[in-house]
Amino acid sequence: MAKQYITTTINDDHVEILCDPTQTLLDVLRDELDMTGTKEGCGTGDCGACSVTMDGVLVCSCLVLGIEANGKKIETIEGMAKGEELHPLQRKFIDHVALQCGICTPGLLIASKALLEENPDPTEEEIRYWLAGNLCRCTGYHKIIEAVEDAAAEMRGN
Amino acid sequence: MRYEAPETLDAAVGLLAGESGTVKVLAGGTDVLVQIHADMIEPDVIVDIKKIAEMREVAEVDGAWRLGAAVTGKELMDNPAFNAAWPGVMDGVRLIGSVQVRGRATVGGNLCNASPAADSVPPMITSRAVATVIGPNGTREVPVKDIAVGPGKTSLEKGEFVVSFQFPKRPARSGDAYLRFTPRTEMDIAVVGCAVNLTLDDAGICTDAIVSLGAVAARALVVEDAAKALIGTPVDEAAMEALAAAASAAATPIDDKRGTIAFRTEVAGVLAQRAAAIALERAKS
Repeated sequence: MAKQYITTTINDDHVEILCDPTQTLLDVLRDELDMTGTKEGCGTGDCGACSVTMDGVLVCSCLVLGIEANGKKIETIEGMAKGEELHPLQRKFIDHVALQCGICTPGLLIASKALLEENPDPTEEEIRYWLAGNLCRCTGYHKIIEAVEDAAAEMRGN
Repeated sequence: MRYEAPETLDAAVGLLAGESGTVKVLAGGTDVLVQIHADMIEPDVIVDIKKIAEMREVAEVDGAWRLGAAVTGKELMDNPAFNAAWPGVMDGVRLIGSVQVRGRATVGGNLCNASPAADSVPPMITSRAVATVIGPNGTREVPVKDIAVGPGKTSLEKGEFVVSFQFPKRPARSGDAYLRFTPRTEMDIAVVGCAVNLTLDDAGICTDAIVSLGAVAARALVVEDAAKALIGTPVDEAAMEALAAAASAAATPIDDKRGTIAFRTEVAGVLAQRAAAIALERAKS
């Protein structure tokens, strides 16, 4: 099958891609664009390691075909820090040691950012439910929840 | 594999009817992409129906809702009027997958994937929603309860797909609810699910009820005896006991890693009571 031409916006950059119809958005990001910040865990939408946003909606990039991203606006972990300046969530994940091996971290950061955009002042329970689709096998989650709470407080200005 | 994204129903019907190879309809893709990834299916053509306007609309006319089959769970959760109209349907939708999955997954896909444990299906059945199905022989109306016929199997003919769901206008003093049992409260698959939709009269007597069980048979069940246990009663303790007995009696589950036959049979009755209690509260409020 011939590759298909698609155009998307990724982290505010206009991107033109030739992709195979069987490739997922995750495959396109990692294999065609060399954007390996987005991780593959399960490949079945269970672990959330491949989380990105598409037109502002949090999705698993392993469950989206690359072709479906045509004309959409994608945001990945590579767009989270502004140059050398980390996003508050990234700083708080470091401050709270909310990671160990780091494979789940890009997905958790993207998912947490999407949460705080919808709900700037989530309860602990709301954070835990929102992040239920992101598996971490190292931390036991507690430090992640603390980091998100702390980042949310900072972003609200307290 | 070829990818097609028609923008009209006619174009989609033409593509599906004209294709000799294996065709798969793509809505949210949260099941289809997993099946492709696992080599369970190898479609020659994927027909993405998300660009068809009729399939993406949610509209209410005089109390009767029409829901496009390709509307995502998140879009429904973000629709306060639909949540207020059909809270039991939303109990089911809210339990599908994770935030990420609900950002893509659709009610139409949840139904047509035909998992016996699909969370939105029992409350869609008890809402008495009717699916508009389109295909090479035109359009037909099919009650939601008749779409899935067994694990992974639907009553849809070759080339057919669900366009939208038409919900009946709800009488006053009606309420619906869906509950499931899972070891984990989120990101899990129902061991048992139960939806109840009921209507009360001015005196608080149940005049109409419908009960559906999920994950205890090859498809979601409509349990007539469970509805009969509620109708004509004030949904009191005696009615609740009869409801539980009828629900447990209707369950024909399998033993698997998620639960045993004995456990599922008992839990079917317990969930029916609890879902009925929530539906009752909602009908009164």
